[in-house]
Amino acid sequence: MTLPRIELLLALLGAAAMVLAAMATPWMKFVLTIALAKGIAVLGIMLLLRAGQVSFGHALYVALGAYAVAFLAPALPDAALLLPAAALVTTIAGTIIGLFVSRYREIFFGMLNLALSMVFYSMLEKFYHYTKGTDGIRVPSLGVAGLQLDRVTYEWTVFGTALALAFCFGLFARVYLASPMGQALAAIKTRETRLDFMGVSSRNVLLAAYVLSAMMAGCAGALIAMTSRHVTPLLSYWTASGELVFIAILGGAGGVLGPFLGAVAYELVRVYAAATVADMWQMILGAVLLLVILFARGGIWGLVSVRLQRRRTA
Amino acid sequence: MKALLQARGLRLAFGGVKAADGIDLDVMEGEFLAIIGPNGAGKTTFINMTTGYLRPQGGTITYDGTEITGRRPREIVRRGIARSFQLPQLFSEHTVEENAALAIAAREGIWSPLAPLLRPAWQEEARELLGRFGLLPLAGQRADALNEGTRKLADIAMAVALKPRLLLMDEPTSGVAASEKMAVVETLARVLRDARVTAVFVEHDMDVVERFADRVAVWSQGKIAALGPPARILADPAVQRDVIGIERPATPGGVAAHA
Ligand SMILES: Nc1ncnc2c1ncn2[C@@H]1O[C@H](COP(=O)(O)OP(=O)(O)O)[C@@H](O)[C@H]1O
Ligand SMILES: [Mg+2]
Repeated sequence: MTLPRIELLLALLGAAAMVLAAMATPWMKFVLTIALAKGIAVLGIMLLLRAGQVSFGHALYVALGAYAVAFLAPALPDAALLLPAAALVTTIAGTIIGLFVSRYREIFFGMLNLALSMVFYSMLEKFYHYTKGTDGIRVPSLGVAGLQLDRVTYEWTVFGTALALAFCFGLFARVYLASPMGQALAAIKTRETRLDFMGVSSRNVLLAAYVLSAMMAGCAGALIAMTSRHVTPLLSYWTASGELVFIAILGGAGGVLGPFLGAVAYELVRVYAAATVADMWQMILGAVLLLVILFARGGIWGLVSVRLQRRRTA
Repeated sequence: MKALLQARGLRLAFGGVKAADGIDLDVMEGEFLAIIGPNGAGKTTFINMTTGYLRPQGGTITYDGTEITGRRPREIVRRGIARSFQLPQLFSEHTVEENAALAIAAREGIWSPLAPLLRPAWQEEARELLGRFGLLPLAGQRADALNEGTRKLADIAMAVALKPRLLLMDEPTSGVAASEKMAVVETLARVLRDARVTAVFVEHDMDVVERFADRVAVWSQGKIAALGPPARILADPAVQRDVIGIERPATPGGVAAHA
């Protein structure tokens, strides 16, 4: 079996395991929906990582997608319309901001994204009249494609949507990364000037990935708003951006399953840690990050794929 | 024969160093023009100005009837001027084949997010190109695993993949093992002649110059000290003393000129 086949098989197995877990323990449905949403956002971050660029501000787009849902829900109380609306809003924002930040690299790129996300955070906090400040906004109950669903069916629908979106975005990211546009991302990392001397605008290559990553983060935010039914400025706080980068490193940027493995591991550990050793959560995070960086640079996916390749050659 | 590239009065100084001090040069369509001269003479600077990497402080560059002075590298490449580098500029995390395919993609249009880079047509072209440079056995190797000579060739192959009308090569044979040098240049010259590419190349090996250049330009402290056919230029005592003597001290002629 080829690695892409194995990847697909693993994705399907993972999806089945998640469905079973969600059936067995109802609160798992919520945790896994959040994990899938974050995985989608991290997938976008992974595209940028391929170009060697780390955004420390992508929670901006998660929050923007979530607030788009919260703001539009009273007028448009249907998840099937709100999700594309959030994607559209974040695509537009990602294009406008991307035109600016795609000129910068490395620490400047990372910090500019961070700065913009903090500006957005304080706007959400300060314009109380519109955003209810730190209290945040409750999302009213939503229909789905014209149907009014009971609570459990609605939760399953959002979970299923997250799963389907994760699958589609994962598939798309795979194809994208193998395409000239995706391969040019890695070329930005290793030899950006050569791209220019070949007539390619490296800025536009990065911009395209940036807009995609903003849109993915926006969809993640919309899913989070739909499942938690409450949005607050904390969604765009810098620690939320850091969390996405953390998950990217934990899961591994070498394959499209990495972000989802990382996000599920992160959310599960977080839930259990909160229940058992609440005061040690940060310490656990720090220790795990240290271990990954020291011993498993490829993250969880790196460990898995090395095993698989060994087995194939053995 | 008409001039494909015309440089007029190019001037560029870095602090007090005049890297270009009034460069006038016509590159004729179809010719192979060698640039020789000691290190620091401004040879690379000339290529950098022509390809848009550096903007001259004075003077003009005209290509195929259009002034291109100070335009961006991207635009200049699209007009048909490609270059290779003194220090090879490869995508180190990609394989040799992918490097070539990326150059082909750059030429054909990179903006396709759904078809793979290594699509059959491009893969075939990349392999054909690498074959011509003798790099096919290394196609699957990562670029950072190559030795210096093959890196250099891959670098040139990428420039050739752009199908330029004018190719500027900065020391294409430095790093190539002496025993392979002539064969490599032979191949390269054939590839370029077949594709009717006009070539400018910086070269330190006078045997290569003598054999492959139609004309030679001698660079010295940001100026062109001499220009003409290799037979005449390489026999010039001043050139032998200032350029060849330093570059080829082992040859009898060089030593004699020194003595
Ligand atoms: N980007 C630059 N910044 C500062 N000085 C430079 C730069 N490029 C070239 N120089 C200087 O200009 C002179 C000519 O350099 P170069 O064109 O690289 O010479 P060559 O290729 O003939 O060896 C040298 O003295 C070099 O140090
Ligand atoms: Mg040089």
